[in-house]
Order: sequence, then structure tokens, then C-alpha cells
Amino acid sequence: MPDGLFIFFAALTLGAASLLVLSRNAVTSAMGMILALVGVAADFFLLDAYFLGVLQVLVYAGAVMVLFLFVIMLLTDTAESAEGYPWKSAALGLAVFFFLAAGAVWLFVWSGAVPGTAAGATPAELSVNPGEFVTAAKGFGRLLYTKYLLPLEIAGFLLLVALVGVVSLSKDPVEENA
Amino acid sequence: MEHTTLAHHLLLAGLLFALGLTGVLVRRNLLVVYMCLELMLTAATLALVAFSRFNRTMDGAIFVFFIITVAAAEVAVGLALIVALYRRRGSVKSDELVTLRD
Repeated sequence: MPDGLFIFFAALTLGAASLLVLSRNAVTSAMGMILALVGVAADFFLLDAYFLGVLQVLVYAGAVMVLFLFVIMLLTDTAESAEGYPWKSAALGLAVFFFLAAGAVWLFVWSGAVPGTAAGATPAELSVNPGEFVTAAKGFGRLLYTKYLLPLEIAGFLLLVALVGVVSLSKDPVEENA
Repeated sequence: MEHTTLAHHLLLAGLLFALGLTGVLVRRNLLVVYMCLELMLTAATLALVAFSRFNRTMDGAIFVFFIITVAAAEVAVGLALIVALYRRRGSVKSDELVTLRD
């Protein structure tokens, strides 16, 4: 049986994700998404990945979702749409969800494929792992500037490319023709 | 923390992924579909962090760091594309963007 905090945040995450999927108002969906991302960040904290939890809140729940909200308010009418509910696709979605959920429950709970070691237990063969799990941000810094230096540079360059791409994409097409 | 096992975290990630995929299939608003895609990505990162933690290795966590970076860039470009699409077609509903089908 998992501990109370995990159950609380798992329920929060799943509830907020359901709000994202089910709400007919795009802004409400975005609010559900923010709550779900915060729930996942809390789960990162429970997994001792504090740095990633902070990063998740700052980058995802903060910057990315603000961008989403801006575009939603710019492009969609926030009023509830009056058109009929798409029953056909809703039935398909329900079927897919139950299929996947049943698969996840079977694979992770009943099939016994996942070893049930608690977080405190250290397998003997992994205790000499050079990149052992470090909770502090220092552990990230050391690995990012040694073993993962090239990926780090590529990620930085990717951000630059994305920046240039967004600027060129959002240029006014009317202005371009003139 | 003692009694929360790897299986619990994986189950949460699996259910989140299922919800995200359901949203991608059901929703018609492109922006909501995009948010559901992000939810699926987040579910995958949750599974990665869980595996990383329970195997006592740092590689999965570093992988998640890069995934967050790439996802931020991807969201910026994707939203710019959706805005450009709206300028051209005047809609972000996927059942109204059927030029290729008609």
C-alpha cells in the first residue's frame, strides 16, 4: 500500500488530467493541465528528484502554460460551444482509455513484471554505479558538464533554432507580400 | 516513501498516458489536443524518473532534463504553427480543417 502523500497527489494529478480531457472550455482545460503538471512535480519530489520537480513547475506549469493560455485566449472563443456532443468519438475515446488503463493495471500490478523493491533498498550490483542517484542539483551539474556535455550543447543550440523558427513563423504574411 | 513501490509510480504514469491519448483522440480543439500530447510526454518523464530513482542511477533524470528542454522548444514552435494556421484558415478546430479530405 503506497503512503498517503502519494495517493493524494496521484488522485490530484489524475483528477486534473480528467478535467483537461473532459472540460468543454479550453481555459478550464488549461487550468486542469497546470494542476496535473504540479501534481507530477509533486510526484517528482516524492521520488527525491527535487531539481526536476522545481524545473517542472518553473518551465512547464509556469512558462509553457502561460504561452498556452495566451494562445487560447487569442484564438478560441472561451464560451461553451453549443454544438452537439461528439458521441461517436467519445465512445471511441472511452474504449481506448479503458483498454490502455486495463493494460497498465495488468502490466504493472498483476503480471509481476515489475520488481517490488522499495526506494530504500539498494541492489548490491548497482551500489558501485558511478552516476549514482543524487538528490541535489549538484549531481545534475556534474553529469551535464562531463558525460552529457555534447547533448547539453545540442540542447542549447536547439533552443536557439526554436527561437529563430518562432520569429520567422509568426511574421505577418501580409507584410511579407508587400 | 517506504511503501510506495516502482509499480505505483508506473501505474500513475500509465493512467496519465491513457488519459492523454484519449484526449488526443476525442478533442476537436487543436490547442487542447496539443495539451493532451504534452500530458503524454509528461507521463513518460514520470516513468523515466521512477525507473531512474529505483535503479539508483542518474541517467534517467538527466534524460528528463533534456526532455523538458526539448518540450519547451517544441511547444513554442507548435504554438507559432497553430497561430499561423489560424491566420490562414480562421479556425483551430480539427474537424473544420479538412481541405485535404474534401
